[in-house]
Amino acid sequence: MGGVHPPENKFAEKCAIERLDSPDTVAIPLSQHLGAPAKVIVSKGDKVLAGQLIAKGDTFISANIHSSVSGTVAKIDDVIDASGYRRKAVVIKVDGDEWLDEIDRDATLIKECNLNKEEIIKKISELGIVGLGGATFPSHVKMMVPKGKKAEYLIINGVECEPCLTADHRLMLEKGEEILVGISIQMKALGVDKAIIGIESNKPDALAHLQKLADGYKGITVEALKVKYPQGAEKQLIKALVNREVPSGKLPIEVGCVVHNVGTALAVYEAVQKNKPLIERVVTVTGKSVKKPSNFMVRIGTPVSALIEAAGGLPEDAGKVINGGPMMGKALNDLEAPVTKGTSGILIFTREETPRPPEQNCIRCAKCLTICPMGLEPYLLAVLSDKKRLEECEKERIMDCMECGSCHYICPSGRPLLDQMRVGKARVGKMIRERSN
Amino acid sequence: MNEIFNEITLFSVVSLGAIGSIAAIILFMVARKFKVIEDPRIDTVEELLPGANCGGCGLAGCRALAEAIVKAESLDGFSCPPGGNDAMQDIAKAMGWEAEAQTPMIAVLRCNGSREFAPPKVRYEGAMTCAFAHSLFSGEGGCPYGCLGCGDCVRACAFDAMYMDEKTGLPVIIDDKCVACGACVKECPRNIIEMRKKGKKDRRIFVSCINQEKGGVARKSCKVACIGCGKCVKECKFDAITLENFLAYIDYEKCTMCRKCTPVCPTNAIHELNFPPRKPKAEKPKTEAEA
Repeated sequence: MGGVHPPENKFAEKCAIERLDSPDTVAIPLSQHLGAPAKVIVSKGDKVLAGQLIAKGDTFISANIHSSVSGTVAKIDDVIDASGYRRKAVVIKVDGDEWLDEIDRDATLIKECNLNKEEIIKKISELGIVGLGGATFPSHVKMMVPKGKKAEYLIINGVECEPCLTADHRLMLEKGEEILVGISIQMKALGVDKAIIGIESNKPDALAHLQKLADGYKGITVEALKVKYPQGAEKQLIKALVNREVPSGKLPIEVGCVVHNVGTALAVYEAVQKNKPLIERVVTVTGKSVKKPSNFMVRIGTPVSALIEAAGGLPEDAGKVINGGPMMGKALNDLEAPVTKGTSGILIFTREETPRPPEQNCIRCAKCLTICPMGLEPYLLAVLSDKKRLEECEKERIMDCMECGSCHYICPSGRPLLDQMRVGKARVGKMIRERSN
Repeated sequence: MNEIFNEITLFSVVSLGAIGSIAAIILFMVARKFKVIEDPRIDTVEELLPGANCGGCGLAGCRALAEAIVKAESLDGFSCPPGGNDAMQDIAKAMGWEAEAQTPMIAVLRCNGSREFAPPKVRYEGAMTCAFAHSLFSGEGGCPYGCLGCGDCVRACAFDAMYMDEKTGLPVIIDDKCVACGACVKECPRNIIEMRKKGKKDRRIFVSCINQEKGGVARKSCKVACIGCGKCVKECKFDAITLENFLAYIDYEKCTMCRKCTPVCPTNAIHELNFPPRKPKAEKPKTEAEA
């Protein structure tokens, strides 16, 4: 259902992943995942090694955070991050590059995994793995199938439907084997025997590559998907691959599916087989006027400005720097914001691309209805939430909105539909919470 | 021809008349059986209320307040911000009750982060509503506590008592029109607007900042932020000023409006409104006595 076709603009598609040296200082935010922020366990002046635990997630939905560099803790202070606010972060002054001994930094592939279900989940939880698709939901929580439910399929998201971003595409090409081992480990942890990797057909090289490799793994299949946005959203992916519909307000496990990103599969491989916590990730730096669009493997906590510098510097006609893709990403208000576990790309808009079209009256063209992947009525929800008619918003299923931004993209009147719906979602969410208390 | 016509007319008149009488009897019976007996005092009270339906009393409108007052048989715990003390006294008189005198309140904006003092570092172009801007970032000037300038409060005001100042980017409260209904206070996602006691001649002194960051950080985004230095706390002889989380707060119950705290503030974060201009230093004690 629905979907839009924004220009793909995958400028960095052919650029191999480059490893970026760690900067002089890193700022590692304590809230890089969905859920409660982690609690700091180091203090100012402590020496830390790369991979060392620096903050513990002690509630169920939270994640551990590890140092991405070796050095000294300079301060634990509020640092402006991608949220646009100053939030608690551990600032580490980098000194050399020493890693914890138990981390295996050798590139050889280890296929065998002798751990059992619980051990795998424990390791994933301890090493702070979160969903790398963007929502940063702690992975170990997703791996624990609730009682009474059964997982049948593990669905791997290699769609990367956001225009401009190429991080997952490059990972699939360069780390295909590792991803497949990661998937088999996840299958073992979930107790499923079928895994499907969904890849949009605009990445024929990745499709062919993984299809060839998947022959050597039992139960893993690769499927090509139609190119549209948002194809990689959890519910859309399940519908496209196994033709099941997740009921409104329910999780994918309701229809026997668990969805993970290819990046997460790689992180799981590295954590389980190599003891490596989630301390670096691939970030695409791209944009029409960026001199050298690239895919960088960077340490968590590296300032965005360092990435832009490595991609040829901030272009002169830069209008807006976006954390994420053009559809769901959010403009940064400070370039010193650090890369976190959820940063998939840094997109630089030119001054020409930046301004939003002027807002005009709704002409009732119903384009937003036809493209809404969740079958909602964005024009109506926007008005209802603007007028604070929250009960009606709830009835019209505003909480099903995944904030993909398609309605806002398609609106010929340039109405900020998604902005208003986000406000409505927050208010309805609050109302529901208050009601249940 | 004429006969048939007469027959039809007669038939229609009789049948319609019969239906009408039967319906009238049914309606009469139903009206008697389901008669709603309403306290006539509710109407009396409602008439004395301003009828703005602003919701400032915390109820759904003037009618709801009137019902609640009559039900409770007293005015304790009820207030009508737009009607103020006068409305309550009128109601008390009409009902033959006693009513305590209420102090008039007024909304004050506790942020002075105008474009001049907190120059914008980025430009916001999302939906022009503070509720959304607040969920996105700390604000164009960079202060995570300060005014976002999208005017949600102005839109919430049912009395036209607020407008956005184009030059400063901050809302302005018009003293004469503000009835202290509190709609703007509820609307502001950052809780910048506060209801404070209206002093003599509408005078008021308050700290025009709610930034709870460390002084240095606060100053970086705004030149007139309260930096939590505590000078005003030392200056105040009436224990009216408290300092918490690097932010001074003047308790309007304790404040005597002596105006001593205002000049000591290094960032001019303390505002005094509607006071006569200060006289030269030598005559200061006299001014104090006046105030």
